[in-house]
Amino acid sequence: MTHIMVPVKLVPDLVEELEIAESGTALDMAWLRLIINEFDDHAIEQAILLKERSGGEVTVIAPDQEGMDDVLFTAAAKGADRIIKLIGDFEEGTNNHALARAFANAAKEVGPDLILTGVQGNDDLDGSVGPYLAEYLGMAYVGYVAGLSLEGDKAIVQKEYPGGLIAEMEVTLPAVLGIQAAEEPPRYVAVSKVRQMMKEASIDEADAGDLDTSGGLEINSMYLPEAAERAEMLEGDEEEIATKLVEIFKEIGVM
Amino acid sequence: MNNDIYVVIEHVREQVADISYIMLAAAHDLAQETGGEVVGVLLGNDAQALADNMVADKVLYGDDPALAEFSSDAYTKALAGLISENEPRAVFFGSTTIGTDVAGVLSARLDFPMVSSCLKIADGKVVSQICGGKIMAESELADMTTIITVIPGGYKPEEGQGGSPEVTPVSVNVADLKVTLREYIEPEVADVDITTENVLIAIGRGIQTEDNIELAEELAELMDGAVCASRPVVDQGWLPTPRMVGKSGQLVKPKLYLALGISGAPEHVEGMADAENIIAVNIDPGAPIFDIAKYGAEVDLFDLIDCLLEALEDA
Ligand SMILES: Cc1cc2nc3c(=O)[nH]c(=O)nc-3n(C[C@H](O)[C@H](O)[C@H](O)COP(=O)(O)OP(=O)(O)OC[C@H]3O[C@@H](n4cnc5c(N)ncnc54)[C@H](O)[C@@H]3O)c2cc1C
Ligand SMILES: Nc1ncnc2c1ncn2[C@@H]1O[C@H](COP(=O)(O)O)[C@@H](O)[C@H]1O
Repeated sequence: MTHIMVPVKLVPDLVEELEIAESGTALDMAWLRLIINEFDDHAIEQAILLKERSGGEVTVIAPDQEGMDDVLFTAAAKGADRIIKLIGDFEEGTNNHALARAFANAAKEVGPDLILTGVQGNDDLDGSVGPYLAEYLGMAYVGYVAGLSLEGDKAIVQKEYPGGLIAEMEVTLPAVLGIQAAEEPPRYVAVSKVRQMMKEASIDEADAGDLDTSGGLEINSMYLPEAAERAEMLEGDEEEIATKLVEIFKEIGVM
Repeated sequence: MNNDIYVVIEHVREQVADISYIMLAAAHDLAQETGGEVVGVLLGNDAQALADNMVADKVLYGDDPALAEFSSDAYTKALAGLISENEPRAVFFGSTTIGTDVAGVLSARLDFPMVSSCLKIADGKVVSQICGGKIMAESELADMTTIITVIPGGYKPEEGQGGSPEVTPVSVNVADLKVTLREYIEPEVADVDITTENVLIAIGRGIQTEDNIELAEELAELMDGAVCASRPVVDQGWLPTPRMVGKSGQLVKPKLYLALGISGAPEHVEGMADAENIIAVNIDPGAPIFDIAKYGAEVDLFDLIDCLLEALEDA
């Protein structure tokens, strides 16, 4: 029976305005709205699709952070068998190397044959957790994955290349795969079902231990980009803008 | 540690990927600060000729049948020894389907720090672009070999092309692979080839629902163009994969690229930055798409489409 582990993280919601913290080297958490990394939604979906197709067990694991309980109960409502919160000091000063070491320890206890991470987070500077996790566990890593099937002790993985080309890879299990897209769009679960899970399911806890941040990088400064040239903004209401656009279309010769 | 900068060359089906030349250009900027050489690292099978036309001081070439096509395990095994023995100042990988599979694993295996999403080298510092293009970050090289993944946009591929560097064979050991290529699966055949269209109506997550795509289709029909999309729209299954623009999708250069409800994340911009005229419609004045568009409008895309359909019918 395949045991699949999915680590999930929260990332900044990029629709919001982002601000830099006073330190000048990190995002200002006070203003940050965090949402689940969209690729983690795909990783959860892919794990559940595999389980529905060929049996197995799905464990979703996440660091103890505000908003994470909802994410975990939602995963349970979608079909995750076990949800785990990693307890530790994840505030300032941690990095992806440290997180990967913590997840590797937790993984030794969970014992997965397959770990599906999101392909990457939008806030990475220190590389991605997936490849680190694979290495600390002595597993193979393949990212940019958009679908897979299991054949004996191998995963047959569809890896995306540019332009729509797919490389079909054979990967010996156990392995860590970075999911870019699940075979189906992530399923929707009704809020009522998530509420029901909050009553029925329970979140297990695992200790992250001391976080070992060695191998991480030093950030000198963070800032908002200054565009060399910005778009000429069209003023007026929608109607006026539409009229201007038609003029521009004529000017550039597409009408 | 020495002062050389290694660049791990990417190639797929006997074609060197543009990111390789972009990395060589970045490596030259960095080498000016460190005073070392720019060294291409090419892995392949009978692939020595790919080393031509690279701006590098030399190319190290590792040959093995198992390296004919990319395997993360084979590349990691081949590179680990080479990097730990020579300890270059920095090693560049593409922030791509090839580079990211190897860079992180090597960072963990060799205990070398890593910086991701490098857009440019400025005064010897690594300038990264994160958060969908909304944040820049600067970091210095660590006092040991630093692994850097590079995104396109900061250098033109031509800046890394030219010359024919001396090629030095190196021995590689790539036995017992856990990852092997089974086959390539060709891209889906498209109903419309968006790479040849003059006018593209591009829709992003701002389109909200599958039903709304019809509005974009109407617009495209009136303008004799086609509808294309950002990744989330395709991942929702609302449009087929060949309509996706960007890093994992198509590279397009239409006369007009009308971006409706697209934020302008680097992975999207990679596929459309060279369009002749980019016009962006977005309710977020801070959307990075306005940094590359020629014209912008900070309005609701649905209101605008309604007015635009009318204006086009009148025109
Ligand atoms: C490895 C990798 C590869 C990737 N490859 C690609 C790729 O090939 N192509 C690609 O596109 N992406 C790719 N991505 C994803 C990319 O990072 C972004 O997540 C994606 O491009 C965002 O798409 P979007 O702009 O449509 O959505 P969002 O970033 O969510 O932006 C939606 C925008 O719509 C605006 N909006 C909302 N409502 C309205 C309205 N009513 N009127 C006007 N504007 C509105 C919002 O202000 C926002 O700016 C890749 C990511 C990774 C990690
Ligand atoms: N703090 C974290 N908690 C849980 N999972 C994480 C964390 N950071 C990274 N991951 C996993 O690694 C993937 C890639 O994220 P990143 O390492 O930020 O590129 C995420 O989609 C998660 O699956």
